[in-house]
Amino acid sequence: MSTALPAALANTENKGHSHGGSSDGRKTTVPEASRAEWFTSYDVDAFEVPTGREEMWRFTPMKRLANLHTGATSTGAATVSADAPAEVAVETVGRDDERLGKAGVPADRIAAQAYSSFAEATVVTVAKEARASAPVTLTVEGPGAGKVAYGHLAVRAEQFAEATVVIDHRGSGTYADNVEFTLADGAKLTVVSIHDWADDAVHVSSHHASIGRDAVLKHTTVTLGGDLVRVSPTARFADKGAEVDMSGVYFADAGQHFELRTFVDHNQANCTSNVVYKGALQGEGAHTVWIGDVLIRAAAEGTQTYELNRNLLLTDGCRADSVPNLEIETGEIVSAGHASATGRFDDEQLFYLQARGIPEDQARRLVVRGFFHELIHKIAVPEVRERLEAAIEAELEAVGT
Amino acid sequence: MATLEIKDLHVSVATEDGPKEILKGVDLTVKAGETHAIMGPNGSGKSTLSYAVAGHPKYEVTSGAITLDGEDVLEMSVDERARAGLFLAMQYPVEVPGVSMSNFLRSAATAVRGEAPKLRTWVKEVKQQLAELEIDPAFAERSVNEGFSGGEKKRHEILQLALLQPKIAILDETDSGLDVDALRVVSEGVNRYKASGETGVLLITHYTRILRHIKPDFVHVFAGGRVVESGGPELADQLEAEGYVKYAGKQEAAGIA
Repeated sequence: MSTALPAALANTENKGHSHGGSSDGRKTTVPEASRAEWFTSYDVDAFEVPTGREEMWRFTPMKRLANLHTGATSTGAATVSADAPAEVAVETVGRDDERLGKAGVPADRIAAQAYSSFAEATVVTVAKEARASAPVTLTVEGPGAGKVAYGHLAVRAEQFAEATVVIDHRGSGTYADNVEFTLADGAKLTVVSIHDWADDAVHVSSHHASIGRDAVLKHTTVTLGGDLVRVSPTARFADKGAEVDMSGVYFADAGQHFELRTFVDHNQANCTSNVVYKGALQGEGAHTVWIGDVLIRAAAEGTQTYELNRNLLLTDGCRADSVPNLEIETGEIVSAGHASATGRFDDEQLFYLQARGIPEDQARRLVVRGFFHELIHKIAVPEVRERLEAAIEAELEAVGT
Repeated sequence: MATLEIKDLHVSVATEDGPKEILKGVDLTVKAGETHAIMGPNGSGKSTLSYAVAGHPKYEVTSGAITLDGEDVLEMSVDERARAGLFLAMQYPVEVPGVSMSNFLRSAATAVRGEAPKLRTWVKEVKQQLAELEIDPAFAERSVNEGFSGGEKKRHEILQLALLQPKIAILDETDSGLDVDALRVVSEGVNRYKASGETGVLLITHYTRILRHIKPDFVHVFAGGRVVESGGPELADQLEAEGYVKYAGKQEAAGIA
């Protein structure tokens, strides 16, 4: 399900249900294990230093990781500033705070490195039955060019709590972190994680969600800036009847590597997941990777799941890899599906719009905006929506077509 | 008065075996106030003619000329042609996901008219056209052509014709796939557009059915990539009776399929 980009290829459409198939011709991969058997640990030394040939690293340009995978020591700190309504508590705590590390266990060496290395963590708590009157904004400013920092954030929505949390990453430097979302029974949490870093930034982040009975998590990643951004959002269900909606918008320019690895672990009955990631790429060396793992364990009867990834290649020289993996251990499910498609600008769409008098550059913008529309209009925070629309406009101005 | 002039037009498409010539010297002049029907068997190049005039990148004009009021159409980009007053109602209108019909129509009208239509009059204008074409206003918020039935797509093509008011309209098999009601509604739309007498229509069709609703002044038979016979409406009657056997070398009906 990978699409490299020969110049003569006008449109590539990949749809299907093969599991983890890759056609990009790379042969040096470690055989895939079931997601159920993936190793996890809080201890960095429990992981071998990855070489880049492992399944989970094979798309990542290891040389650009600023040694996060080989144990880079912390040389700076990211600053986290919070803007939160009164109903929401934001605290800075030490490593020993017992509320940390509850939503999930690191599943790769950099996540474990971050867990082993952070000095202090931010804990956001929405109290039982409280409803946040405004979105919580956490602004994470990178440690600065040439510096390395590790961080940790835990967002806790207690029983029946409702809140929207925006995590806004910006600035320079290298940053690795774990972000936890713990939703107690009946909680409703909306998260928008924006990665709008400066050009030099390297960010490797693992998101761990634990979703309680009948709780609903809406999780969105927006990836716009940085040299290398790799985000791995994982959702697990703590009880039955829970729902997770994971979406992502990314726009990669020349030289940028954006990698989004979603994993929904259906370990409980009657849960629902929906994953939709869409990306646009332009410029030489722009590379995006979407890996969408869904595991339906034997216990997860009555599961409904769907995942979709679409990529729009705006120029020559870019590459989008798209790998949906669906593992099903029980037949007693409601539905499970996935789809992936990567293509060029549709010349027929451009022709149609232009044939109605709309100039080419405007027609292109209409098509790209239309491509992202279904995701953008679902973002619950108007300011984020507007910022994202403006960012996409700016990207399209920059392409100069 | 607008005039579209096509002279000795040769057009090729790229195929796996190299370029293939489809149009082999088309001569045709359409003036404002006139309705021309181009009829021909399948594969005769009728649609290629319409796409070549509109400027589809797949079709390469290898020789000949197309002018609109003396201006060189071949020098214009696709959108410039539309703004100059050419319109193609497509046989297979394209779906554009995520772009609402209302946004699309307003963008097109703004481009063609050279300024954004005033919101109040625009809303009224669109509403009236929707009513006349019996289109549910809910379509305005749907993505362009996405999930539309064949008939709905064709109605929307005529909606665009009505709103953009081109000098010359080419209707490429607008009748195909329409039921009797939809054919009537679409034909009435075209006739309203024609009524000013200041616009020209080039109607491309395989069947005579639509010509009972939209009366042509001239009928041309298209075969082998060029116009092989021209005449008045009586030529359509003859095709209805005899089919294309004379031109295509095989039996192919022009009457009701």
